[in-house]
Amino acid sequence: MSPTTLTILAAGGQLILLLALLGAAHAPLGAYMARVYSSSHHTRLERGWYRVVRVDPDAQQHWRSYLMSVLGFSLASVLALYGLGRLQDHLPWDLGFTGLDPAGAWNTAVSFTTNTNWQWYSGEAAAGHLLQMAGLAVQNFVSAAVGMSVAIALVRGFARSGTDARIGNFWADLTRSVVRVLLPISVVAALVLVANGVIQNLDPHTAVTTMTGGAQHVPGGPVASQEAIKELGTNGGGFFNANSAHPFENPNPVTNLLEIFLILLIPTALPRTFGILVGDRRQGWAILGAMTGLLLVAIALTTWAELAGPGAAPQAAGAATEGKETRFGLAASALFAVATTGTSTGAVNAMHDSFTAPGGGVVLFDMLLGEVAPGGVGAGLYGMLILAILAVFVAGLMVGRTPEYLGKKIGRGEMTIVALSVLTTPAIVLVGTAVAVSVEPGLAGVQEPGPHGLTEVLYAFASAGNNNGSAFAGLTSGTPFYNTMLGLAMLAGRFVPIALVLALAGRLASQRSVPASAGTLPTHQPLFVGLVATVALVVVGLTFVPVLSLGPVAESLS
Amino acid sequence: MTDIDTPAVPDHAPRTPAAGGSLTRQTLAGVRMLLAFTILLGLAYPLAVTGAGQALFGWRADGSLVTADGAPTRDRAEAAGSALLGQPFDGPEWFHPRPSAAGDGYDGLASGGSNLGPESPELVASIEARRAEVASTEGVDPADVPPDAVTASGSGLDPHVSPAYAAIQVDRVAAARGLPADDVRALVADHTHGRTLRVLGDPRVDVLALNQALDQAPDQALDRAPASR
Repeated sequence: MSPTTLTILAAGGQLILLLALLGAAHAPLGAYMARVYSSSHHTRLERGWYRVVRVDPDAQQHWRSYLMSVLGFSLASVLALYGLGRLQDHLPWDLGFTGLDPAGAWNTAVSFTTNTNWQWYSGEAAAGHLLQMAGLAVQNFVSAAVGMSVAIALVRGFARSGTDARIGNFWADLTRSVVRVLLPISVVAALVLVANGVIQNLDPHTAVTTMTGGAQHVPGGPVASQEAIKELGTNGGGFFNANSAHPFENPNPVTNLLEIFLILLIPTALPRTFGILVGDRRQGWAILGAMTGLLLVAIALTTWAELAGPGAAPQAAGAATEGKETRFGLAASALFAVATTGTSTGAVNAMHDSFTAPGGGVVLFDMLLGEVAPGGVGAGLYGMLILAILAVFVAGLMVGRTPEYLGKKIGRGEMTIVALSVLTTPAIVLVGTAVAVSVEPGLAGVQEPGPHGLTEVLYAFASAGNNNGSAFAGLTSGTPFYNTMLGLAMLAGRFVPIALVLALAGRLASQRSVPASAGTLPTHQPLFVGLVATVALVVVGLTFVPVLSLGPVAESLS
Repeated sequence: MTDIDTPAVPDHAPRTPAAGGSLTRQTLAGVRMLLAFTILLGLAYPLAVTGAGQALFGWRADGSLVTADGAPTRDRAEAAGSALLGQPFDGPEWFHPRPSAAGDGYDGLASGGSNLGPESPELVASIEARRAEVASTEGVDPADVPPDAVTASGSGLDPHVSPAYAAIQVDRVAAARGLPADDVRALVADHTHGRTLRVLGDPRVDVLALNQALDQAPDQALDRAPASR
């Protein structure tokens, strides 16, 4: 067999292996999380925890109260992280790095609090170990837990009937997400990573004398503990500038598969949790089906593009190897790229800026879809449920009936929220991009003028607005202009949808469920799965086709 | 905001910012929660993983350091690099790694790629220049220079090259060291990794380990003492 055939077979085998692992974890983890979020029992440690922190984990919160808790916690997080960044040179383990400048500290504080992990700085040259551990790694956990909590609150909205808009307790959801789900998996994953060569120490970055007599710095740091939650919590902020392309973050093809698995683990298990909590597992299958369908199409397209290697540079080199690691190869780089942009992760094991135009275009499109294939931890589920409601509404219009989803009538109030939610991120992305390409400080950051430069800027705002964090890193974004603008985009892109989702959860929880009738659209069948995926594609397509035509499409055709 | 508690839910006062409350009160609760999480996740978790990692996989946890003759070490003073990180090699007696965009090349404090796009004239020009240079260094037809030899990796610290790039370097290295080409080819084969489980990763040659093994090969007529540093 030719090497190309072997490469394609290996790419297929790798995908099958990944799907088998995710499939094996799906039912047990989904069921476990359903128990975590519906149990009324607090462990002894948790009771102590709530007592020390002085919150009441049993009070059912009205959606507005739940939202205030989310916002209050996130505000505290932004302030703490801003302080840690500004003051890192006065704290231990600073490795001699200076404090971050105000715009940079703001950007990083927002970035990690919003589960985006956009990084304007280079980890090994700007962030000391304390900032990484006590600042960034903590937010890797809790920002993921916030997303999961909000998703579960929305699911409760569907599952409950006729309450006074009470949707659970944020502090209990947050704590349980961390201590019962994220932390145990992270500990195991971190140790597997260390066993494979991911470093875990508190050493500074020190120079060694190389074989040819030169000096090379071998970095130190608690990397594995951060790497595990970076992927599991769909965060994506690398300890090092090269992120998961760095051999100390991702040393071999096995850790590479493990990291992709961790990225997709919770997002693909949450639909199961959803199905169990609403009392109909088939509903979970339908949501998972729409997510997986979009994911597989993106994987196929990106893998094809990177293996085929169209474009001037890949043609000149003979393959699209620029920005990719030899140990992973083209297909595993494409797979990682789709996993990271289909979720809100943004970790990279290859440089997206150097992807082929169609490959880079697909991963950009993946983010513009709103990251629902399968989406970030929590954020993917609530994003897809919003699209499911939109699909029900569209179908209702076609047959002229009041739309219902899971026994809840989708009336004017619900649709207003859904419409606002669907429009929020595109507005942030398009307005942000338009501003950046209209003003001098925005244009100054562009590395390559023309279609690729527009794609760089669009990618940055798509990444920030959708809380992804990956970049077409040719864009010089560590400037006050981009740090401020992208910070605002991340903030709005995270909390406006969360506020809308919680409002929707409150409305749904206060509705009485209506029994399904002969006219109710079944929402667990393949037809509906196709409808949801189509709605996602059409909404995004109509919104972004003009700018995509000027960016990646123009570049692909050149 | 207005009080939204209803009598239906028992009030667990006095320690209860959970139900209702202003943003200020929730933020104060958030501060306490964050402080507790910082101790648990920001200190206890990484330090516990560090302790366990150091105890169980100490050499790995410290960066897979190796001495000049390839032996594992945990002492940075006697290390000649990390088995996982590529380092620069030039000169006819060494196998050369891929081009690197990390600083001036393989800079451990500046990991990263070029981030040049697929239509970048600058990237195309560097690829053409590298192809000409590699072809002349190795004495091969420019068309036989493989893609990884003319493109920079994502990390700039890629420790591997493709088997094709290693293959075109064999004759040059063998000549420079006065070793039979077949012996060098056998060493390359020893340091070539296939796909894990036949599907994961691409076939690759570990450049640092290969060069260290070369230095250990007996009977070579090299002008300089082996492993002189």
